Amino acid sequence: MAATLTRLRPRRSRLVWRNTVAGWSFILPNFVGFALLTLVPVVALFYLAFTNWNVFGAAEWTGSANFRRMWGDASFWTALRNTFYYTVFHIPLTMAAALGLALLLNRKLRGVGFFRTAAFFPYITSIVAIAVVWNQLFSPEYGPVNAFLRAVGVDNPPGWTTSADWSMPAVIIVGTWREMGYYMLLFLAGLQTIPAQLYEAAKIDGATSWQRFRHVTIPGLRHTTFFVVVMLTIGSFKVFDLILVMTEGGPGQSTLVLSQYIYQKGFVENQFGYASAVSIVLFAICFGVTGIQFWINNRRES
Amino acid sequence: MTATRLTTPHAPLTITGPVNPEPGRRVTSRGWRLVGYLALVLAVAALLLPFYWMVMSSLKTNSDVFTIPIKWVPDTLVWRNYIDIWQRSDMTTWLKNTLLLSVLVTLLQVFTGSFAAYGFARIRFPGRNLLFLAYIGTIAVPWQSYMIPQFILMSKLHLSNTLWAIVALQAFGAFGVFLMKQFYETIPEELSESARVDGLSEFGIYRRIMLPLSRPALASLTLLTFVTTWNDYLGPLIYLRSPELRTIQLGLRTFISQYNAEYALIMTGSVLSVLPVAVIFLLGQRHFVEGIASTGLKG
Repeated sequence: MAATLTRLRPRRSRLVWRNTVAGWSFILPNFVGFALLTLVPVVALFYLAFTNWNVFGAAEWTGSANFRRMWGDASFWTALRNTFYYTVFHIPLTMAAALGLALLLNRKLRGVGFFRTAAFFPYITSIVAIAVVWNQLFSPEYGPVNAFLRAVGVDNPPGWTTSADWSMPAVIIVGTWREMGYYMLLFLAGLQTIPAQLYEAAKIDGATSWQRFRHVTIPGLRHTTFFVVVMLTIGSFKVFDLILVMTEGGPGQSTLVLSQYIYQKGFVENQFGYASAVSIVLFAICFGVTGIQFWINNRRES
Repeated sequence: MTATRLTTPHAPLTITGPVNPEPGRRVTSRGWRLVGYLALVLAVAALLLPFYWMVMSSLKTNSDVFTIPIKWVPDTLVWRNYIDIWQRSDMTTWLKNTLLLSVLVTLLQVFTGSFAAYGFARIRFPGRNLLFLAYIGTIAVPWQSYMIPQFILMSKLHLSNTLWAIVALQAFGAFGVFLMKQFYETIPEELSESARVDGLSEFGIYRRIMLPLSRPALASLTLLTFVTTWNDYLGPLIYLRSPELRTIQLGLRTFISQYNAEYALIMTGSVLSVLPVAVIFLLGQRHFVEGIASTGLKG
């Protein structure tokens, strides 16, 4: 017995060693790039944010100076507020639209395949093209959106991207339009995992279609919904290219968001240290919110 | 454990059609069916209207783009726009750069991604799960939050303002690893086990068994990576400063700011920038849908 054990152990450790080498050799080509271009920058971020690194690369440790400056920086707070504004509307709107579309498409209707393709197309279209088309559609004087609004009796349709009050709603509409097809696909995949018998049983028990939605569909989609919320949250907080191309943060600062402020400070004004400090805020929000969502999900599960 | 759940909201499945129509629809049938269709038609009209506008305006004279009332069908189709745009812009350079980048990035991502995924899916070694967690963790970290240090790093490596910057940026993403790992795990372990008994090395198993079997997943990854790279705007915006390095997205953007009153031509450029993606999407839409349904992610 003891003899076999001692004989087994070196063989076992040799196996572990061999597997480790094999495993790493598979992972390495990707990992080298991944570590260098993602992990290293993420770590470096936490150093940079405490320096006054500028374009000449002369870094000086400045402690919490960047963060104290941020505290009194009105533009930063505007960017933060706008980011939350976008997030708070974009998440529920996109979820409702995506789920609604998924429920519609999860039936035996002719042409569902075509509808699914059509709904997904905006998501794989480039932001630049989308932004420029929507800017034309939103054109206050001649655009079709306002032409439609006038036709249904709105005398004074909004100025959309030319108005400080309406530029954010315009961006939210386009963001929702663009992403709902993608989340619809996720919901659709989720819907198809709900067993038909559950609906059958609910029906026999006399449940109305609302009750079936409420007590069969919603619980059945829990995992999908959780995943969608996490992805949507991160996606909303980091919103950037859409805004950069559509409004460039304007008019004024009405659509300035965090990512864009980082870009502005870093790449336009070359204040890499300060931009890194703002980045940490974005990082912390995304990480924190995701963590909280995981925590809530786990607690509900148990 | 939670980590794996994040990437697998549900097992990889194919969306083939309404697998699970709510039973008993027949009873109320006709009326509801009509309402359903109506809602769908409205939704699709709203979804596709911008594309219709794009194509239609690209075939108008400039003064016809904005009129009261709106001309939903141009009087005459101005195909000239599609010739003019090549003379007024560096479209050829932009397309060439973008194509080069997209192909290179896709090749690298598919290779390194599928390779690494095999290590994560099939080989057990200490530290593997922790390593995978590091990959997954990056989902929660938006690129925007570390683009500054990444830029400094690329500058130190003398990669900024070269096309290599974009290759480096896109080719090693975690996305390919997820997608392929997800797929490999649906392939029965016994297959590789018996190959191992027959004396095939791990690399041989990857090459001879896993790769041929994962063709659908490879197709998904190829298409999604290609389209993502083609559409990328922020990477090129930050890294490619010289005009001769511009990609189509960057080029289109500069064209728009340069000729901001040439509404028709701007739409022509937009159509040209979307066209390749549209063709790829229509040819391979099944792979897009499957790739996204199985990972819940896109590049």
